Amino acid sequence: MATATAAHAHEPDYLNAKTGIGSWIYTVDHKRLGIMYLASILMFFAIGGFFALLVRIELMTPGETIMSPTMYNKAFTLHGAIMVFLFIIPSIPGALGNFFLPIMLGAKDVAFPRLNLLSFYIYVLGAILAVASIAINAVDTGWTFYTPYSTRTDTAVVWVTLSVFILGFSSILTGVNFIATVHKLRAPGLHWKRLPLFVWGMYATSVIQVLATPVIAITLFILIMENVLTLGIFNPQLGGDPVLFQHFFWFYSHPAVYIMILPGMAIVNEVLATFSRRKIFGYMFVAMSSVGLALVGFLVWGHHMFVAGMSEYATLVFSALTFLVAIPSGVKVFNWIATLYKGSISFESPMLYALAFLVLFSIGGLTGLFLGTLSVDIHLHDTYFVVAHFHYVMVGGTVFGFLAGLHYWWPKMFGRMYDENLARVAFALVFIGFNMTFFTQFVLGSQGMPRRYYDYLPHFAPLHGFSSVGALVLGAGFLVMAFMFIRSLASGAKAPPNPWGSAGYEWATASPPIEHNFHGQPVMTRGPYDYHLATDEELFDGFPEEAAAKE
Amino acid sequence: MSADTHAHEGHDGHGHHGPKWLQHHFETPIQQFESSKLGMWAFLAQEILFFSGLFVAYGIFRIAYPEAFAAGSMQLNKIMGGANTIVLLFSSLTAALAVRSAQLGKKDEVTRYLFITIICAFGFMVIKYFEYTAKFEHGLLPGIHWNPSHLVGIDAPLDHMHVFFGVYFMLTGLHGVHVLIGIGILFWIMMRNHNGEFSKEYWTPVDLAALYWHLVDLVWIYLFPLLYLI
Repeated sequence: MATATAAHAHEPDYLNAKTGIGSWIYTVDHKRLGIMYLASILMFFAIGGFFALLVRIELMTPGETIMSPTMYNKAFTLHGAIMVFLFIIPSIPGALGNFFLPIMLGAKDVAFPRLNLLSFYIYVLGAILAVASIAINAVDTGWTFYTPYSTRTDTAVVWVTLSVFILGFSSILTGVNFIATVHKLRAPGLHWKRLPLFVWGMYATSVIQVLATPVIAITLFILIMENVLTLGIFNPQLGGDPVLFQHFFWFYSHPAVYIMILPGMAIVNEVLATFSRRKIFGYMFVAMSSVGLALVGFLVWGHHMFVAGMSEYATLVFSALTFLVAIPSGVKVFNWIATLYKGSISFESPMLYALAFLVLFSIGGLTGLFLGTLSVDIHLHDTYFVVAHFHYVMVGGTVFGFLAGLHYWWPKMFGRMYDENLARVAFALVFIGFNMTFFTQFVLGSQGMPRRYYDYLPHFAPLHGFSSVGALVLGAGFLVMAFMFIRSLASGAKAPPNPWGSAGYEWATASPPIEHNFHGQPVMTRGPYDYHLATDEELFDGFPEEAAAKE
Repeated sequence: MSADTHAHEGHDGHGHHGPKWLQHHFETPIQQFESSKLGMWAFLAQEILFFSGLFVAYGIFRIAYPEAFAAGSMQLNKIMGGANTIVLLFSSLTAALAVRSAQLGKKDEVTRYLFITIICAFGFMVIKYFEYTAKFEHGLLPGIHWNPSHLVGIDAPLDHMHVFFGVYFMLTGLHGVHVLIGIGILFWIMMRNHNGEFSKEYWTPVDLAALYWHLVDLVWIYLFPLLYLI
């Protein structure tokens, strides 16, 4: 591979292969679309984070701190809706998945490149509508848009739900694209047992995207019609059933939790294998546990509604099924730990995020079992315990996984290294700030502090204050990280093709990759974690041209 | 891992010698065909789940308000619904025949069959139009215009009958949107066929358009008995 790279050194990379604004706007190159997704989701991550800081600053002291109760309702709704629908769901599949899935398959592109472009513009359209809804009259329903309130409030529910409806199709089309790509565009020699675990994770994610997202689409379509035409399907005043909305909503939104976490887990596989120079322990178990999570994820939506008025038998079944989720999750965590055992571990920043993922996801996952237990959930439902639990999974899991991937693949995507010391400072701030913010909330919740409340009793003030300070530390960490990445783009050292010495397929091509990813059709002769089979040349972390010059 | 740098390289450095309809990122026509087909089936799976929400709503409210649903069903015109069923089933046949003709490379036959399919689709929409206007005139659209008159089989509107019509209008309305999109797709494929883009070797788009059309038909096959007959 390295020889081939040297021989074709004149071929420009994907960033320079074509120039001009049109070459980006109409591009069907999966790598450029990945970069466009990355820029978009990072922008919405910043906006969603801004609203999170507003919420935490308001809660820093009891009573009014910086905003009115109405503004507060809008702020936490926008934080949730933007983070879920505009950042976290499209984040890893749209940005890193688009960029790396075809490369890891040894393919030139995804199966349907034009559909990929369409999917991106559907995302843009949805994002514009969401921003418009803020300008019109920002919603205050919470990100779940629960009826009957969402059929009564005079805020722009129709606009924002239309936006989510449209965003759903972006997600569905990405899923369709990835499924066809994984099945049909694998390079010769890349059979299913050699598939990188990132690809397995994205594949399981795509299955959920295709099968669950249409249900939220129809649910929100009914909700829009309910608001526009007053039909009487969810509105109890007209004979409708608001609990039906909750069932429909969670039939999507629980599997959507796995749309969020599976890609994070998928990245952690790659990073752990690379930085412990070891084959992933129990490869097939880890791969199948992704598929298992995708399937079990469809059967547990009722655990969001234990106190919403379901029959006791239904709650029993949903509770039992919820415990099943712990099995594939546990399989993953134990196999990851076994992978580290006797590995030759190094602690570069992607690995730090991956190891943090192991800790934080375990806390998030295990506290999920508290909430899946019927008797405990009655006490903890709608308290800060729930808020802390899902932030440990969504931020401690998905966002830390995403950041692991972003640091890990940054040199491949942009051909530039970043300042490792600064990256570690940012990691320390993010890790400490995150735990200060959310571990505190486990305590708050177990003491009975309800979520979404604008005000609280004086004895909660110290913990709320501590949590808010943590949020500021977390925000500072992200600012350092943004500075670090921008500086890397401007003046980072040129990245070699394989800076981490990984055996993964994506490191065999140039950094940044050429337009068609590889010169000619790659043929896979070993698995992506087979360090014992990889040649020194493949794991060489320098520049092939320089190596050739030295000889 | 090794790179087979020469075997597959064409004159452009990364391409391959293939027919012009073979996209650059596919190695062989069969790979392109299978990818397209798999993608379409995945898309159709999401279509079924898209409609599933409304089917579940139908089931739940039918159990909650059985009399209102029975009375609502009586207001629908079985003749028009039945006629539309026959029209759609026939159009599925012509769509399938278009695929068969495309596989045999009979270009003019493909155009003819697609044309008949499109005419049937328009016929369906015309009948639907008359049905809808009749329902509007009888005040059966839920919401501010709800004011039922000309009732069949009952003297006065039942409580919650508007829920039946809410489900009815959303199911048939969404299905109607799918028919309209289908007309657009079939017309586009017909024009491409007319321009000679397809051949015995390459007829994937005809196949995919027909698959979509069969789904539109399939949804109606369930809508008709659920809404009109039971």
